Amino acid sequence: MNFFKRRNYTVVSTEEPVKGAKEPETPKEEAPSVPDGLWLQCRSCKQPVYKRELDEYKICPKCGGYFRMTAWERVEILCDKDSFEQLDADMTSKNPMGYPSYDKIIKKAQEKSGLKDAVLSGTCSIGGFPCVLAIMDSHFMMGSMGSVVGEKLTRAVEYATDKRLPVLIFTTSGGARMQEGILSLMQMAKVSAAIRKHSDEGLLYVDVLTDPTTGGVTASFAMLGDIILAEPNALVGFAGQRVIKNTIKQDLPEGFQTAQFQLEHGFVDKIVERQKLRETIALILKLHPTENGVSE
Amino acid sequence: MNKAAMVVKHARKITRPTALEFIEGVLDEFIEFHGDRNYADDKAVVGGVGLLNGRPVTAIGIQKGHTLEENVARNFGTAHPEGYRKALRLMRQAEKFGRPIVTFINTSGAYCGIGAEERGQGEAIARNLFEMFGLRVPIVSILIGEGGSGGALALAVADEVWMLENGMYAILSPEGFASILWRDSSRSEEAAALMRLTADDLIKNQVIDRIVPEAEEGIEVNFSYTTSYIREHLIQAFREKERMPADELLKARYERYRKYGEFEG
Ligand SMILES: [Zn+2]
Repeated sequence: MNFFKRRNYTVVSTEEPVKGAKEPETPKEEAPSVPDGLWLQCRSCKQPVYKRELDEYKICPKCGGYFRMTAWERVEILCDKDSFEQLDADMTSKNPMGYPSYDKIIKKAQEKSGLKDAVLSGTCSIGGFPCVLAIMDSHFMMGSMGSVVGEKLTRAVEYATDKRLPVLIFTTSGGARMQEGILSLMQMAKVSAAIRKHSDEGLLYVDVLTDPTTGGVTASFAMLGDIILAEPNALVGFAGQRVIKNTIKQDLPEGFQTAQFQLEHGFVDKIVERQKLRETIALILKLHPTENGVSE
Repeated sequence: MNKAAMVVKHARKITRPTALEFIEGVLDEFIEFHGDRNYADDKAVVGGVGLLNGRPVTAIGIQKGHTLEENVARNFGTAHPEGYRKALRLMRQAEKFGRPIVTFINTSGAYCGIGAEERGQGEAIARNLFEMFGLRVPIVSILIGEGGSGGALALAVADEVWMLENGMYAILSPEGFASILWRDSSRSEEAAALMRLTADDLIKNQVIDRIVPEAEEGIEVNFSYTTSYIREHLIQAFREKERMPADELLKARYERYRKYGEFEG
């Protein structure tokens, strides 16, 4: 079939900007790369899905698998209507290491994703409860964390500390932004420090692990939530699967590094279906009242 | 071979002094303690207490070996989660007894394996970052050889970070960098030059605060040249930091990491 062939080709070519991610073997996101934008391929059942068949939760009508969501799509299903106000909307990356054509890579990712970098941050309310919200987006260089992601997250957390608000972060990341070198590594410490300060003030930090959450993000703020939620079947781990396979020279067990695996091993509080996230988070916010915790 | 690639070679040399040799060279009457009190004793991580100029100090290191056999026993200096948790246990103990902490880092990165994932490698590293920002005693971290990725950072949240003249510190190995970004690990020398992983590069962008010199004839030949330098400056650094009220120390530690990042807007 002609369109199969075409889609496969497109998938490969649009992988280019994803190269910056730490884990190139991370399951590929085919969805946004279909040229006419009408057909998407489900990553779980591999079936083509007509785009209009997907509702706002982007769940496969054929197998129930999850399509990856953009940060703005998550705002839509999560925040009270019109409550989201963006922070640091215009922050963009520099080229600290002088990496060849990093500016072009960034520009291409910006065009592809409609974002300035791999995280959207702001304030909102959820079920009437105000919070600071940050959502990473895998459509921008596989959600890799460089200076902009680190700085926007840090500022968001610091803002929350200052205003005594809870923090909610949706993680998705292939890991550190290689093209920014050691500065990307330092972002892990920087964000963790901000979360520590927020925590010392007795404030709540909830994070939601979405597909995929790996590398430096897993080894920092993704694992620091007071409450850690995860979407079903999300890939969550520290090392990439190919790296592990190369190290140990054996196959990986079924279900390795899934959200369920993390739940089983004690690193996730609860797996929450996408349609239930809003009400679950609203309940968690309600259960952690602060002086600023209730609006309206 | 370019300079950065030479440094990488030096940093990885099997003859290079190990963390335990540094600890024993810098501290007197060092006694090693074991275990994370939870799962195991990770032999890639060593730690204990010794005297620096007569004062107790907690020292922690990531340990490689000089032979294949030693390296196998030390898991080639790649720690499992229990190694980071052992380090954290010893650091908390240092805080309890008001002892400053020095870490000696020499690792290509945290271990990548099934057990490491099952026991939460990501969580273990994350927890150390989080906790080290709250430890109310001075911390100095010294990169003595390889400093790779989150596995090195997990012991390098400190008031001062020092690095040996022939040490390296990077987001990952030059081979990994080349294979991920260019799908060609044979371009590792080119990657090393680009990555700014040498002490000279890192002191410029303030990732490290001090370069620890190595004797011209080689660190293996004249090790005490380096250990006496560390000893002298460590005494001084701890003296300075201990004069600061703990809240101020923690604030300065926060600011040290807060500044990292290059962006517009
Ligand atoms: Zn499906």
